[in-house]
Amino acid sequence: MRLSRPLLAGLVMATLLGTAACGSSGTDSPAPGASGSESGLVVYSGRNETLIAPLLAQFTKATGIAVTPRYGGSAELAAQLLEEGDRTPADVFLSQDAGALGALQEADGLEVLPEATLAKVPAKYRSAEGAWVGVSGRSRVLVYNPDLVNAADLPKSVFDLTKPAYKGKVGFAPTNASFQAFVTGMRVSAGEERTKAFLEGFKANSPQSFEGNVPILEAVDAGTIAFGLINHYYLYEKAAEAGGLDKVTARNYLFPGTDPGSLVNVGGVGVLKGKQSPDAQAFVDYLLSTEGQTFFAEQTKEYPLIAGVPVALEGLPPLAELGGPAVDLSQLESLDQTLALLDEVGLT
Amino acid sequence: MTLLQDVPAREGTPLPGQRRTRSSSATARPPLLLLVPAVLTALVALLPLAYLVVRAGEQGLDTVGDVLLRERTARLLLRSLTMAAAVTAASLVVGVALAWLTVRSDLPGRRVWAVVAALPLAVPTYVAAFAWISFLPELAGPVGAFVVLTTCSYPYVLLPVAATLRRMDPASEEVARSLGLSPWQAFLRATLPQLRPAMAAGGLLVALYSLSDFGAVSIMRFDAFTRVIYTSYRASFDRTPAAVLGLLLVAVTCVLVWLEGRTRGRASYARVGGGGARTQPRVRLGRLTLPALGLATAVAGLSLGVPVAALGYWSAVGAGAGLEPARLVSAAGTSVVLASLGALVTTLLAIPVGVLAARRRGRLPQLLERAAWVGHALPGIVVAFSLVFLAVRYAYPLYQRTPVLVLAYVVLFLPLAVGAVRASAAQSPPGLEEVARSSGARPLAVLGRVTLPLAAPGIGAGAVLVFLTCMKELPATLLLQPLGSATLATEMWTQTGVAAYSAAAPYAVLLVLMSALPTYLLGVRTGGLDGGRT
Repeated sequence: MRLSRPLLAGLVMATLLGTAACGSSGTDSPAPGASGSESGLVVYSGRNETLIAPLLAQFTKATGIAVTPRYGGSAELAAQLLEEGDRTPADVFLSQDAGALGALQEADGLEVLPEATLAKVPAKYRSAEGAWVGVSGRSRVLVYNPDLVNAADLPKSVFDLTKPAYKGKVGFAPTNASFQAFVTGMRVSAGEERTKAFLEGFKANSPQSFEGNVPILEAVDAGTIAFGLINHYYLYEKAAEAGGLDKVTARNYLFPGTDPGSLVNVGGVGVLKGKQSPDAQAFVDYLLSTEGQTFFAEQTKEYPLIAGVPVALEGLPPLAELGGPAVDLSQLESLDQTLALLDEVGLT
Repeated sequence: MTLLQDVPAREGTPLPGQRRTRSSSATARPPLLLLVPAVLTALVALLPLAYLVVRAGEQGLDTVGDVLLRERTARLLLRSLTMAAAVTAASLVVGVALAWLTVRSDLPGRRVWAVVAALPLAVPTYVAAFAWISFLPELAGPVGAFVVLTTCSYPYVLLPVAATLRRMDPASEEVARSLGLSPWQAFLRATLPQLRPAMAAGGLLVALYSLSDFGAVSIMRFDAFTRVIYTSYRASFDRTPAAVLGLLLVAVTCVLVWLEGRTRGRASYARVGGGGARTQPRVRLGRLTLPALGLATAVAGLSLGVPVAALGYWSAVGAGAGLEPARLVSAAGTSVVLASLGALVTTLLAIPVGVLAARRRGRLPQLLERAAWVGHALPGIVVAFSLVFLAVRYAYPLYQRTPVLVLAYVVLFLPLAVGAVRASAAQSPPGLEEVARSSGARPLAVLGRVTLPLAAPGIGAGAVLVFLTCMKELPATLLLQPLGSATLATEMWTQTGVAAYSAAAPYAVLLVLMSALPTYLLGVRTGGLDGGRT
């Protein structure tokens, strides 16, 4: 007994102490904010930390408002927000794409933003109900290697990629969210039948599957493959690293008109239900300010969505002239049908 | 009566039929001292089930039926089960072969091999998968998933089998040989049956690991059952189908755990009689030495060589560009603290369940032990969402703080510790506890002075296993870690999110190195470098 009591007591103490101590000292965070107030504005970010952390620092510097971020996948964070309901510690949700914001809007999880905020962005790039607003735009492109392809021989439509001329020459990333959004955009704009026919023809044309957009661009740039279906900004990020677009071989190509191959999607922001506050509003406004928009233009090479912010995307038209299918971005949340279709066709 | 129970002292003379035989003591009512904490542990393990039932049921039984009866559900479940069966079979072959070679043969450098063979435990599946795919993009698909899952999980078989082999009394094999069996026949008919419980336990871990893993299958683009659960959250933002599918996974787990229980059988494995097991003679490999070395080298090359080469390459390419040492150190510190807490709490909670399971037969101890497996079969994201759901409602002050994350680790990894406790408690002869009891020691004292010290090395090994697994855990950590904190795993996730393998490499290297030390200790333990201790 003399031995066992201290033993058990020790175990219990160790558990309690360990668990309790950890709440304060176990991590970097000085005060993880269930209540939110002591740690400033709590931002759930579906966009990568490497990208967003400097922007948050810039915001805090400009406004004096402290921000505590939680990073995760946009969809996972949206599901977490739905699970947390009105007790969420989050004030603001910054999403990689419109679909996750659309899902929160549908569950009545977002505040309606003020008209003045919404009006800064073209109607196409924000929620029709005013629950979220786009902060940066990106276009799907066909990236190609000019050493292997004549500009004159570029396809007029993404549907042409099923032709024999492109057999085995196109790279794509079937599990990438942007590729899936492109397929969703095609389903919504061109219909299920035509999309299915396209995907079957595309698969029969032996496209090369990659695990992400960057490897596709690398392969096209190196000339191991002629074409790739990716987002526009990867080329400009690579150009910035290499010291100029002239140091890079690959080029972007936009399918003309309302071709589904040139879908324009946005990253966006919304304020959680019941969390409307001057600080939250300041954050949304900052993202849509000249500084915030310039950040996206320079750092992520995406399109700024407010008027008057310059963007240096050599070879691409300005935002107002971008085409792409006319789809309501909130409709892009019907991803499950897209995945079922991709699965049915066998493109996974 | 034996063990920790006080019954005879209080009730006086045993009733007829309550004689002091092993069987009657093993089926008697379990002592409250163990029963109460064991029940609590089981309830903790069952927490996700409550959430899944609520979520699955909220749209009515029709929806449940729709999800279950989808053609895709059945097809992917079958595909995942096939994968799990293949990975388990391969892991059993590799794990038993390497365990036997390192423990029972004269394989040159066998002690080094014992450690090397355990080291893949330090490699997360997502690192291995990234490594393979960067060298061999065409490997993507079922073959790639199979290779990664097998090379990362065979140590779950190797470790318990090696431990059993080391403790095994050579007498039974000698008897078999003296009766005219060849060495191979003797192994098959005398040794292998004794390995069956260890193989079944390890195989079950591998099978469930394959079923619930998301990292390898997503990077290898193998459309597995877990991917359906993930995309169900990701695609429809509708949590009902994911919950229904999670319940289906729990049902599958129950079947597998039941099968394992049947395989384990009811035999007793403690050595009885005077003296200890003699040192085992090593089998001379002779002409088989080279093939055996070839096998060990091939397994090490596939499971360690590939990830290490990839990490080396990425580190060289990045050359530390943009590396923030403070950030690396802070992430490493957070990882160690969280994993240590996870290991400590999980092991403490596992002790009553494991000791009960080892010492008692009957429905209740069995049920409690099996309950521990529920969370282990679920993908991390499902467990994470269930704790989000419960903590937000019933433990709000703790939400997004360390305790809830540690609880997630407990739910996810409890079976690793329960298995270790049960196995080591089962191998210490109950007679010693009876002696302690009959010398007047009280139940608590017997537990503290006999049962736990005897089982301590095994329990420690279980804790190390949980620690390793916590270090690698990603999905639940991402959703539940305190705001503003980061672990090595989540930092890697951040870096690979922008496809910067070279920026992720330092975190991956540190994660593997820091996990290698405890893994080394595990390998040393089972490899017999520590002298006579078991």
